[in-house]
Amino acid sequence: MTAASGDETGGSAAGYMGEPGADGRFGEFGGMFVPETLVPACQELDRAFRSAWGDPAFRGELDRLLHSYAGRPSPITECENLSQELGLRLLLKREDLNHTGSHKINNVLGQALLAQRMGKTSLVAETGAGQHGVATATAAALFGMDCVVYMGTVDIARQELNVFRMRLLGAEVRAAESGSRTLKDAVNEAMRHWVAVADTTHYCLGSVMGPHPYPWMVREFQRIIGAEARRQCAEILDGSVPDVVVAAVGGGSNAAGIFAGFADTSARLVGVEPAGGAAVGRAVPGIVHGSRSYLMQDEWGQVLEAQSISAGLDYPGVGPEHSHLAVTGRAVYEQVTDAEVIEAFSLLSRTEGIIPALECAHALAWVSRSRAELAGLTVLLNLSGRGDKDVDQMMGILG
Amino acid sequence: MIAANPATAGSGADTSGPWGRLEQALRDRRGAGRKCLVPYLTGGLGNDWLQTVSAVAAAGADAIEIGIPFSDPVMDGTVIQQANDRALAEGATPQSILAAVRGAAADIGVPTAVMTYVNIAHHMGYERFAASLADATVNGCILPDLPLEEVGEWSGCAAAAGVETVLLAAPTASDERLRSICARARGFVYGVGLMGITGVRSELAASATATAARLKAVTDRPVLVGVGVGTPAQAAEVCETADGAVVGSAIVTRMLDGGGPEGVAELVSEFRTAIDAAHG
Ligand SMILES: Cc1ncc(COP(=O)(O)O)c(C=O)c1O
Repeated sequence: MTAASGDETGGSAAGYMGEPGADGRFGEFGGMFVPETLVPACQELDRAFRSAWGDPAFRGELDRLLHSYAGRPSPITECENLSQELGLRLLLKREDLNHTGSHKINNVLGQALLAQRMGKTSLVAETGAGQHGVATATAAALFGMDCVVYMGTVDIARQELNVFRMRLLGAEVRAAESGSRTLKDAVNEAMRHWVAVADTTHYCLGSVMGPHPYPWMVREFQRIIGAEARRQCAEILDGSVPDVVVAAVGGGSNAAGIFAGFADTSARLVGVEPAGGAAVGRAVPGIVHGSRSYLMQDEWGQVLEAQSISAGLDYPGVGPEHSHLAVTGRAVYEQVTDAEVIEAFSLLSRTEGIIPALECAHALAWVSRSRAELAGLTVLLNLSGRGDKDVDQMMGILG
Repeated sequence: MIAANPATAGSGADTSGPWGRLEQALRDRRGAGRKCLVPYLTGGLGNDWLQTVSAVAAAGADAIEIGIPFSDPVMDGTVIQQANDRALAEGATPQSILAAVRGAAADIGVPTAVMTYVNIAHHMGYERFAASLADATVNGCILPDLPLEEVGEWSGCAAAAGVETVLLAAPTASDERLRSICARARGFVYGVGLMGITGVRSELAASATATAARLKAVTDRPVLVGVGVGTPAQAAEVCETADGAVVGSAIVTRMLDGGGPEGVAELVSEFRTAIDAAHG
């Protein structure tokens, strides 16, 4: 570890990506907009996380699990072929190589360990692509906890494989049939479930969204991505940092995780949203699922349905810290279309022998489109997951 | 950490009146030795919903909660979710509902409170939303996803417009928190009957009565219990302790089933009769 990389999982970057304010806010975003019935559970979680995160025994146990169970540290792969094709230097942070196939396991192991410390015996989660659901079901199996996962019926249909994996792992998958029947509705159902059973059940939220302390806690559990990458880049780049750090943004957890390692550097931070689910891109603040952040909504404040080829990014909101990073200009948020994503999905498969998840193919789509502007620069891309879950869907599209 | 500051949360302590129209009506009812019945109806549900509001008032409601549908009603069970979805599909908007209420104010006759989720108010802007409620002659407002820590900005705007902000109180809240909530609430204090979402249950939860008792011990404000009060007998039972009951899903079910103004009013009369028979 180099001197600049700081604490492996904790620590806070000066000015950005530190602890939220006393009211759970990142600037004007965040907060705890939940019914009174959920306030005690959120407050209990805040206390428990603070205590655990400051406890070397907890940190040590989590580090051990991340290493021996999830397979961390994940490597950085230098893409020789694709770099040449694009005319830039492309580095991939390989979260696809984690156990269960995505970055989601980092957060889930942290929350499951915390839930156990809090004396909870069950986990409830929402899932979009199914990656967070699979990770939660995995942790529940490991910790001997009961697990219920809510998933929109639209997503159940397009991510059949992950539904089967969750069931195989012993979780109960429940269909969210209200509203748009995707991720946002699965969150609603998980919150409705949680309020009735919060004394025994931890809500294992899958991204940097929701009421305080979730956006902060999930980012801290994902900070490991950025902390490792900072150290690895220092080795690869002779002590310097990449020019650009880019990640796909659904709720924003993989992006927050890798950004956290570089927020205090000169690296340009770029989040990539699907054009049909660009909450930051539209920049209209709203309040749903417990926090104030940018939110896709109609003229009356009804939440709109996101439209994306990727189930994991099919979410009309975004974590509050991303709204703050956008407003302050510390990070910029770009949009790509489904067509560009399909092309990027094939591109990485063909040139590097890595089939990416559709989510992180968004980040690559932006890099590919921006190749002229990025010429000669070093770009670190968070490859948040592997594409196995998407091959069935892509088979239908690519034939 | 987010912690309620009882000192500031209670700074709006309001123990001497004059009360807003909603709170005055409920206090008057209680003063006369009676219990309060506040039905909830989803605004914009079916084209006769406004007649239903008036019919429900005539059937003995002391005040009426009118729901402005929201796309993501996280505190609601399947019945009110369905009502929200249907009303939205039929084109209901905050503006259309408030305009209708304003036009029918004379027919309604009893105080009204709007129940919706905070994003509806936030999107319009708290000041504008509060003004539009006042303009529609709506007396109170309930935003269930706005807890004590977050309510300040809204309740300031509401108070300035003369709108009473009803606050929810959960069974799991500490006595200190209940006190802060009661000090801040206007209109009435809404005791949540159980740890869960709206919907009819086969029995009244023990937490409904217990929460009412704990609230009554710390406030002089009217204490009404809702969520999980689904039958006339359950309403009568909770009124043994509470000053009244809020009834939502049972009534909305009747609306969804096409009960129409008469059918829904008939159900409200049954609640009225049961409550009055037990607490005459
Ligand atoms: C591989 C992968 N990447 C990214 C995401 C999006 O989530 P977030 O923005 O929180 O990283 C998901 C969500 O399912 C995912 O599975």
